[in-house]
Amino acid sequence: MVLVFAESPRGQFKKAAFEAVTFGKKLADQMGTSCAAIVLGAAQNAGELGRYGAARVLQVSADALNQIDSQVYAQVLAEAAKQLGASVVVLSHTSTGKTIAGRLAVRLDAGLVSGVNALPNAGGAALRVKKSVFSGKAIAEFDITSAVKVVSLMGNAVRPDASGNPVSAEALSIAPPAARVKVKEVKTQEGTVPLPEAEVVVSAGRGMKEPGNWGIVEDLASVLGATTACSRPVADSHWRPHHEHVGQTGIAIRPNLYIAIGISGAIQHLAGVNNSKTIVVINKDPEAPFFKAADYGVVGDLFEVVPKLTEAVKKFKAQQ
Amino acid sequence: MKLLVCISQTPDTTAKISFSADGKEFNAAGVQFIMNPYDEWYALVRACELKEALGGTVVVLNVGPAANDKTIRKALAIGADEAVRIDADPKSAGFVAKQIAEYARNEQFDIVFFGKETIDYNGSEVGAMAAEYLDLPYVSYASKLDVNGNLATLEREIEGGIEVLEVNTPFVLSAAKGMAEQRIPNMRGIMAANTKPLKVVPAVPYQENVVAAQFTLPPPKAGVKLVQPDQMDELVRLLHEEAKVI
Ligand SMILES: Cc1cc2nc3c(=O)[nH]c(=O)nc-3n(C[C@H](O)[C@H](O)[C@H](O)COP(=O)(O)OP(=O)(O)OC[C@H]3O[C@@H](n4cnc5c(N)ncnc54)[C@H](O)[C@@H]3O)c2cc1C
Repeated sequence: MVLVFAESPRGQFKKAAFEAVTFGKKLADQMGTSCAAIVLGAAQNAGELGRYGAARVLQVSADALNQIDSQVYAQVLAEAAKQLGASVVVLSHTSTGKTIAGRLAVRLDAGLVSGVNALPNAGGAALRVKKSVFSGKAIAEFDITSAVKVVSLMGNAVRPDASGNPVSAEALSIAPPAARVKVKEVKTQEGTVPLPEAEVVVSAGRGMKEPGNWGIVEDLASVLGATTACSRPVADSHWRPHHEHVGQTGIAIRPNLYIAIGISGAIQHLAGVNNSKTIVVINKDPEAPFFKAADYGVVGDLFEVVPKLTEAVKKFKAQQ
Repeated sequence: MKLLVCISQTPDTTAKISFSADGKEFNAAGVQFIMNPYDEWYALVRACELKEALGGTVVVLNVGPAANDKTIRKALAIGADEAVRIDADPKSAGFVAKQIAEYARNEQFDIVFFGKETIDYNGSEVGAMAAEYLDLPYVSYASKLDVNGNLATLEREIEGGIEVLEVNTPFVLSAAKGMAEQRIPNMRGIMAANTKPLKVVPAVPYQENVVAAQFTLPPPKAGVKLVQPDQMDELVRLLHEEAKVI
């Protein structure tokens, strides 16, 4: 069977969990087996995961599991995978998944491929999975040849499919070991969708000239329901907060729509955004390298173009 | 403090990536190699800063062939004291993690540093695997690290926020932006690097369970569709009807 670890950070499932269960269910169908989801710690409505294809939802409840310690999580997940006889374990390629996946693979003596971005091919004895490598410059297919296999799923790679029915969650009793890493505090930025999860991202670079000009970027983001991002020099000069920095040194994202405003499109910037489904570039320089990576381009002064685009989106949304 | 920094060698950021005709192997001809940027800028520099402030030793470790010695010497020039190269041509994250753990097991390191991921296979796998082999706590994507006696305080980037964590040494971490600033080696460092010890040790056997089957280049973009600056309604229509993203 396919076992999916459905993350519930601070007690709530996010898109990553729904994507992982959807992926697990489709993979299980290919393999002619069933998909179960496992939830560690608190989670509201765990049984809802049934909608995404989990035939069973198992929940291990213990206070120790409300904070993520990689050793604790890997040990509990490995134990569950063994008890349930899982042949594939699916995680999300998130800050949590990245901390656990490697540990879990070692515990299960399993081959691991992280950041898988398409439905695998479960035809042969090996599981063939696809991922983006060389910072988006190539695609690799790997065969996982071990008896038990671990994969982590890239965000935004699979569309959550909620066409199933909820199930009732079953308690699974596994005693977690003591955590050695203590979470002292979690500082969250409320209100916006975090960049790695955002479907629409409006990003701006040095072409903005100064931080006081960001109002037009925020307006566009707000009408699109988008999250804002920036290029590295913008974050380095403290025009924008560091968590907005995308690219090779910042974070890598793959939204459905990436709008780049006054960003030249240096290769290190592209490394973090070139997996976006659709890229729109607004730049006054027709020779800007970003146009080569773009789907749509506007050659013009951003201070004129961006407010016009915002108006056009407003008009469109009003008609919808 | 005794600190271990595990460094990888990767193609330069701007390198053109290509593969053998059958798509089975990475084509290294003409490619310039560098120290994986996260290993260098964040992990190695922070380890050197801690050593300079608190005393101790920084050991750098690379799993790779003799051709990687140039990269290892650069790490010594930046400030590491000694180097170890595990002599092998690594084929998987699992292999590398196993080698690192076998070496580190009896060396009593206080902190084992990794970069958050490599820029070639983008795995984020090795640190967590090595931590498991070593049965040590692991903090990934650390953007800040302070050490006070046995107690380390770290910050870690999570989706939409930052976690503040505490852990006792020994432990394993992977380093991300914020941990330290890039350091350019100076002439003295480069001279000293040539005389610092670089020990070569043989690899231990490992059963591979992930095999690269096929590499391809992404399909070329169809080409940019230009929209006039005064035609923003048209751009919105294209994004809605053609790209179907809004
Ligand atoms: C090892 C390394 C790692 C790096 N990592 C990253 C990374 O993670 N992320 C990242 O972003 N960068 C990274 N960089 C930096 C990168 O190489 C570029 O320097 C950077 O992306 C440029 O930022 P920018 O496009 O905002 O600025 P610029 O290159 O200065 O481009 C500004 C653009 O704005 C346009 N413009 C100016 N005024 C207007 C206007 N009025 N209307 C319309 N357009 C206008 C210009 O034509 C220009 O194309 C890295 C560099 C190195 C060496």
